[in-house]
Amino acid sequence: MSLSLAAKFARREMRGGLRGFRLFLACLALGVAAIAAVGSVRAAIEAGLAREGAAILGGAAELDFTYRFATEQERAWMANRANAVSEIVEFRSMAVVKDDRALTQIKGIDDAYPLVGTVTLSPDIPLDAALATTNGISGAVMERALSDRLGLTPGDTFQLGTKTFTLTALLIREPDSAASGFALGPRTLLMRDALEGSGLLTPGTLFNSKYRLDLPPDADLAALQSQAEAQFENAGMRWTDARNGAPGVAQFVNRLGAFLVLVGLSGLAVGGVGVSAAVRAYLQGKTGVIATLRALGADRATIFQTYFIQIGALSLLGIAIGLTLGAFVPLLLSPLIEARLPVPATFSLYPAPLIEAALYGLLTALAFTLWPLARSEDVRAATLFRDAWAGANRLPAPRYLITIALITASLIGLAGWFNGSWWLTLWTLGGIGGALLILALAAALLRYIAGKLARRTHGRPRLRWALAAISGPGEGAGAVVLSLGLGLSVIAAVGQIDGNLRNAISGNLPDVAPSYFFVDIQKDQMPGYTERLTNDASVTRIDSAPMLRGVITQINGAPARDTAGDHWVVRGDRGVTYSALPGEDTKITAGTWWAEDYTGPPLISFAAEEAAEMNLKLGDTLTVNILGRDITGTIASFREVDFSTAGIGFILTMNPAALSGAPHTFISTVYADETAEAAILRDLATAYPNITAIRVRDAIDRVSSVLASLAAATSYGALATLLTGFIVLIGAAAAGSEARTYEAAVLKTFGASRRQIATSFVLRAALLGLFAGTVALFAGALGGWAVSRYVMETDFTLIWPSALMIIAGGVLATVLAGLGFALKSLNARPAQVLRSRE
Amino acid sequence: MSDPVFHLSDVVLSLKGNAGTVDILRGISLDVQARETVALTGPSGSGKSSLLMVMGGLEQATGGTVYALGENLTTMNEDALARFRLGRMGIVFQSFHLIPTMTALENVATPMELAGDPDAFPKAEAALETVGLGHRIDHYPAQMSGGEQQRVALARACAPRPAILLADEPTGNLDSTNGAAIMDLLFDLRDQYGATLVLVTHDPALAARCDRAIALADGRIA
Repeated sequence: MSLSLAAKFARREMRGGLRGFRLFLACLALGVAAIAAVGSVRAAIEAGLAREGAAILGGAAELDFTYRFATEQERAWMANRANAVSEIVEFRSMAVVKDDRALTQIKGIDDAYPLVGTVTLSPDIPLDAALATTNGISGAVMERALSDRLGLTPGDTFQLGTKTFTLTALLIREPDSAASGFALGPRTLLMRDALEGSGLLTPGTLFNSKYRLDLPPDADLAALQSQAEAQFENAGMRWTDARNGAPGVAQFVNRLGAFLVLVGLSGLAVGGVGVSAAVRAYLQGKTGVIATLRALGADRATIFQTYFIQIGALSLLGIAIGLTLGAFVPLLLSPLIEARLPVPATFSLYPAPLIEAALYGLLTALAFTLWPLARSEDVRAATLFRDAWAGANRLPAPRYLITIALITASLIGLAGWFNGSWWLTLWTLGGIGGALLILALAAALLRYIAGKLARRTHGRPRLRWALAAISGPGEGAGAVVLSLGLGLSVIAAVGQIDGNLRNAISGNLPDVAPSYFFVDIQKDQMPGYTERLTNDASVTRIDSAPMLRGVITQINGAPARDTAGDHWVVRGDRGVTYSALPGEDTKITAGTWWAEDYTGPPLISFAAEEAAEMNLKLGDTLTVNILGRDITGTIASFREVDFSTAGIGFILTMNPAALSGAPHTFISTVYADETAEAAILRDLATAYPNITAIRVRDAIDRVSSVLASLAAATSYGALATLLTGFIVLIGAAAAGSEARTYEAAVLKTFGASRRQIATSFVLRAALLGLFAGTVALFAGALGGWAVSRYVMETDFTLIWPSALMIIAGGVLATVLAGLGFALKSLNARPAQVLRSRE
Repeated sequence: MSDPVFHLSDVVLSLKGNAGTVDILRGISLDVQARETVALTGPSGSGKSSLLMVMGGLEQATGGTVYALGENLTTMNEDALARFRLGRMGIVFQSFHLIPTMTALENVATPMELAGDPDAFPKAEAALETVGLGHRIDHYPAQMSGGEQQRVALARACAPRPAILLADEPTGNLDSTNGAAIMDLLFDLRDQYGATLVLVTHDPALAARCDRAIALADGRIA
């Protein structure tokens, strides 16, 4: 039989309209819409970052140096190529008002700043006026978070180091703020020259200098980057340009977008369960038609094609609705979204994310509809006289199973290709697949247990009816457990990961973490600093170490990346220290530490775990560029470094003779009672105004708040999954409504009251919800455990409030969906219901 | 003579549909005595099934009064009617109306469970033995033939030993052999339990097996 005949049959069958396919369309459209919307917003942000690259960066290109200013040679290189160069310096310090101090991120600028964009102040005065020196006191502006913290209003004065500044205005908007990335303290903006005499920026101070270049419009950024890197990269220069003005932000948006698309795929999988249930129900209703067609001589292929064409056309409609929603809803909401985003976005219709969403939708629809469609072939003419789907539990023919496996593999391959991270794709999709498998097995187990229990609950008819309805044939228990369960699993996993990460950061860490990090302590200040703390009974421990920063440029004389690849240790500069003796807790895993008075060629002790990742061996040589000078040392030992305690941990330690001649400062951690923290800070900051204190508790709060926003973004993504799950649930309740009405009518005939029947319906829904919630919690916690243990490397404990909410949510959702339809069933007159079945 | 099991007086049933009001029963008065077997006959649309539904309290009469076992069904609400039927009435339908999610045993046990009978399941098993389905107790309705399903329905109606048995064309969906077997069973069970039997039928032979046949035409007793 020909395909055109099947198409003709399909067209005739579809005369009935879309009735019965609302669930099908809603499931597919919502899943596709969520992915298309996430992709469209991501594309809008990426376009915004690209468009505003120069403004975000503060220039067409930027050369960034740690710990030093540019050399004469570097300055000459920039001056020869740029129309204008703006030099800024960034570092952390303490803003002080009498006894009150707060950490701030200082940005010292020159007259050329900003090369691109404008600074907005409140009151709205020009920047040069705000930062001008009046009566010998320089002006400065700061973010409201800092002025509020210190109780300052414009006109008040405050100290930075040993110098006084006047707060002239509040900093509302900095054009290049997105490029600065994560900061521990709010911003203070002032003239770089005004820092003279403040005691800050002394040799060894930890700071960054950035040179923004205004380049001619025809400048070849790629060529300039290559030139600059060839000449200066090994001297610690980092290049950024307008092609990607905020690489950190762009990468973050890209990764978060990729992850949310994968979360969206879980929504599509939930929708797939609903789509599959809808196709199954539709084909069950068509049994008579199929059997009749078979009786009239239609072969199996014609039957399959007839329904494949119908379902295919409906899938395309669902995907089209989803794409329209996913493309236009972000566009309509763009003013709202833009206002909430910390980065620029250009909202428009982007074809790439829509194509991605459409492909996902198409493959998901195929994977989930092929199984029930394949079973339409099993309907024989004879099935008209018996239960048509008696063989419904049989597997489809192997060719269909192979096709479904190939489609699933293509879906995974496509997802990996689109988001560029196989690791993330396989973990996430593996998690979704694992959860689906667990839920499918659990649904089968539930039906088995319910069937067994139904026989043991004699004398408790309401419970028995509920159990019988769960275990009986043709019931939607499987679809409910799968759809609601998967939605809840995603939410449970997000909740457990978020909770455990927060516990790890704010719960467990402070037990072992220090109270303060002090940085920029000068060598001559160390004795006084140490004396103040050792005489304080509330201080339990002080760790201090010299601190330099260097870039590992070569391993065994060849570029470092040849051996270590793109390992984070060779990306940019790292902290470097020196020590005559290993620390008390230091555990050498291989090799030996140098003699205390060793003065020979430089020797290195390297972190063992990172060394293994970078393929380093004892005896390898490393060249480290510190303050523009190359120092080559030999690895003499490996040692364990535990970064999780928030104490001092250096990847690279050298013998003192190798480094002590270079200008440097000290870093110190202080472990003290919380009640003594304020007094320690006051005394030390008063005695040494140049040093900066970072309160660990504040830093943890800052990191926690970033994590909270991440968890919120993921939860929004997961909500789409849960919403789809709820739609499937409503669909299952609607599909079961006729069966419930019939059941109620028969039960009433034999004397059951409406209250008894309603109780049984509620019990059935609650049992299903309880089970789906519990299994989802198990699947989600398993995912949470895997991510906590292997990705975050933190301990895992079940977060009970989140867990109980998942179970309660499961029960509430099923009971609400079930009861919504039960009222109609309960109020139907038995005679009418039964007569309609005659 | 004792009180009649059914006492119907001027019963009217009118149903409102999209096409207007349809008068299905137009003033039926009827008494049925204890242990009597009555056949309701008549052409399709004459109102015989509706009359049976009104007698069983499955349909509320819109006029007149219906007394069953001395109680006025016309003043009862849905739940009171359900409680009234409990243990007193067994109903057999043309389309069996078994609950598809329950096994044969569970279907038969349901009315006795509702009545709080602790022996519901042994009794249900015995009833299924009686109708010759002792070997199919764990089967679901979809796994049984029409004749088998009707036997389960019969066991379900009779197992609680009700005073009244109502049957709406119980053989209408069965072939003649299965139909005859079901009717034999129905009359045997009635004889065993001594129930009052009212059945709707098109079959003159079946009507002849009853003590009395009442013919209906156009909603009235002809």
